[in-house]
Amino acid sequence: MKKPVIEFVNFTFKYRTQVEPTLYDIDLKIYEGEKILIIGPSGSGKSTLSNCINGLIPHIYTGEMQGDVYICGKKLSETSLFDISCMVGTVLQDTDGQFIGLTVAEDIAFALENDCVPQKEMFARVDEVAATVEVKDLLESHPGELSGGQKQRVSMAGVMVRDVDILLFDEPLANLDPATGKRAVALIDEIQKNTGKTVVIIEHRLEDALFCDADRIIMVEEGRITADMTPDELMSTDILIRAGVREPLYVTALKSAGVSLKPEDEAGQISTLHVEPYAETVRTWYHKQPEHQKDTPGDEVLSVRDLSFSYDGNKKVLEDVSFTIHKGEMVAIVGKNGAGKSTLSNLICGFIAPDRGEIRLNGEDISPLSVKERGERIGLVMQNPNQMISKSMIYEEVALGLQVRGVPEEEIKERVNSVLKICGLYPYRNWPISALSFGQKKRVTIAAILILEPDIMILDEPTAGQDYRHYTEIMEFVKEINEKSDTTLIMITHDMHLMLEYTDRAVVIADGHLLADSTPAAILTNDAITDKAYLKRTSLYDLSKACGIDDADGFTEAFIRYERAHREEG
Amino acid sequence: MGRKLLSYEQKDTWIDRLCGVTKLIFFLCWSITSMMTYDTRVLIIMLVISIILFKISKTQWSQVGSVFKFILFFLCINIIAIYLFSPAEGVKIYGTETILLGSGRYALRAEQLFYEFNIILKYFTVVPSIFIFIVTTNPSEFAASMNRVGIGYNAGYAVAIALRYIPDIQGDFRKIRNAQMARGIEMSKKGKLTDRIKSTTAIIFPLVFSSMGRIDTISTAMELRSFGRHKKRTWYMARPLKRNDYITIAVSVLFMIIALVITYADGSRFYNPFI
Repeated sequence: MKKPVIEFVNFTFKYRTQVEPTLYDIDLKIYEGEKILIIGPSGSGKSTLSNCINGLIPHIYTGEMQGDVYICGKKLSETSLFDISCMVGTVLQDTDGQFIGLTVAEDIAFALENDCVPQKEMFARVDEVAATVEVKDLLESHPGELSGGQKQRVSMAGVMVRDVDILLFDEPLANLDPATGKRAVALIDEIQKNTGKTVVIIEHRLEDALFCDADRIIMVEEGRITADMTPDELMSTDILIRAGVREPLYVTALKSAGVSLKPEDEAGQISTLHVEPYAETVRTWYHKQPEHQKDTPGDEVLSVRDLSFSYDGNKKVLEDVSFTIHKGEMVAIVGKNGAGKSTLSNLICGFIAPDRGEIRLNGEDISPLSVKERGERIGLVMQNPNQMISKSMIYEEVALGLQVRGVPEEEIKERVNSVLKICGLYPYRNWPISALSFGQKKRVTIAAILILEPDIMILDEPTAGQDYRHYTEIMEFVKEINEKSDTTLIMITHDMHLMLEYTDRAVVIADGHLLADSTPAAILTNDAITDKAYLKRTSLYDLSKACGIDDADGFTEAFIRYERAHREEG
Repeated sequence: MGRKLLSYEQKDTWIDRLCGVTKLIFFLCWSITSMMTYDTRVLIIMLVISIILFKISKTQWSQVGSVFKFILFFLCINIIAIYLFSPAEGVKIYGTETILLGSGRYALRAEQLFYEFNIILKYFTVVPSIFIFIVTTNPSEFAASMNRVGIGYNAGYAVAIALRYIPDIQGDFRKIRNAQMARGIEMSKKGKLTDRIKSTTAIIFPLVFSSMGRIDTISTAMELRSFGRHKKRTWYMARPLKRNDYITIAVSVLFMIIALVITYADGSRFYNPFI
């Protein structure tokens, strides 16, 4: 029997500033060399659980504790944060924010510097660990020159350099594009297999995290552990749906087709799944799905022709990009970080001017228009609502765009109220914004743009970092806006679920070129495109192939339509 | 993207190759001397050396130009203010009164002109050395250097972190400004000054709030990697002092001593041409 390295015994924790405990009666043992996935919706207490493992609780976040936690046999409350951090290495969610050093090498060496390790030894250790996570060529680089995936590798190196026993990952996938996320998970798996360290991953993007071949999944709900089982067992239950955590798509698809999975089907990963007994059922289900009638596209709203741009006159960030967007559409612009998505939206909004090519709005060339003038017709909603909100009250924030345009106060009041009603914010109109949740703040920023009645609204990563419930809440709202106000929506994203579930079409940008312009289902079942754009082929592709359905695109499409209809009903 | 203001740029000059700590010691000696002395002869020598060093360091005007103009603006305010509040300061210092123009309190006196000329000189001796120090010192070395001259590593690291985050915050600033401009908030020079001040708050608030989040993350990350565990720490980027470093430090200290000796030789730190 292996010895437990993390042990919670009847543990309850209440933050000093809160009335109710965040964790209740936690009993949990994690053994040496295990790979554990902790999942649960936002606010379930999974982050609190991780803060107990790395010692932030009780050393930084204070509160009342009952019961005990032992890390490598040492009692949490009697061990200093420094000592715990020598046993537990934590990789935080924010790949950029946790980068401390001015260069990669310094960042990796940070913990060693604090431990007063002599410089010579530091050089050797940094080199060694940089090689393990494959960032050796980047030692001199500044954080601004690195991609999200590279920064995360540096963070991993920064904690591994101390030879910790436990590696703790707090939502490692949150800021990465799908392909980079997949590589990150594979690297975690590889490191675990090579070093035998204990790995704990906190994540709500279950399908991508499952790729790490976890030994057990721990589900946290409302401060309690409600499931502790293998992935195969978990997939054969409906715990995930009940808890509001997204199931892997292939599992949902199987269940939709009427299959009830059993643990011995090994549905924990699509690659291990024994689908043969169910292939017939899935095929029958697929053939029963109604034929899809293609909607006729509306009038052209935005047309981009041969757009090229470079910052320095040499390296083209965008080259000859052309596409058209029709009225009332919901379109995704996808591609890996740095592919040129943001540059494209900056060009459309007029923050920068193209080197070549033109952008037409309702048939009119908009190059002579100022940023402000464009802003009345093309609204931009930033990823982080905190970066947009400049007033303290909801009403003022939403009214701002009209006030600076000198609209009479009476009219402003009327328009603000009507927009707040559309956005479901009317009851809160006199609330301070600081009292709102992230999702509500997002609504406020959307309302503040919607009030200008733009023809097109561009949403930059509307759901980044949100769990399934909040994701659904935000996206259902966005869809409602699209239907009610007939606003055309462009979403810049690398969330494949968002693409599939909420957009009609996706424009894929890779290395500054337009790689594809097609339905999300067609794109995500095409290897050539997903590889180049750092997307990941949807597991529905593998499922359909395994079930003997050749038209994976059609199958994906059918399933997504089924899902949408299902969601609208219930 | 253009060159970034006041940012380090690697150039292969001997000044560049000196250790951060050497440059810091030179900078300190230089500033102390310049602050202490009002000896015009010393100041003129320092001014000449400053200009020569500035040339040798290959500092580009585009790296420092706008900051220099800003400092010049302050210099003007400073000398005007001195004249307004204390138009006969020079008379008090030099002990003679030579009226060149006008009469009464605001009469233009040769002593006052000479005094203010010295102040201008002081600015011009220090400013180039600040620029040289900033644009030739690898930011990674700042903290280590400060620690080496006896400043606690906490303070040194605060500087390093600030340097680390300046580009990120600049990026945030640009993003926020763009989005607010699109909402119709006037930021360009076309707007009235009062409107522009008002609209600046539309950037500052979101910027401050999003930066607070960063501070939270970074301090947690530092905490989890044992920052502050010991009284001392080692530095990955520390560089050993070489021959040139020792020479530079020796020359800097020697220069400071000689300059101060000359300055105070007659018992006053002012050089007096009027007697």
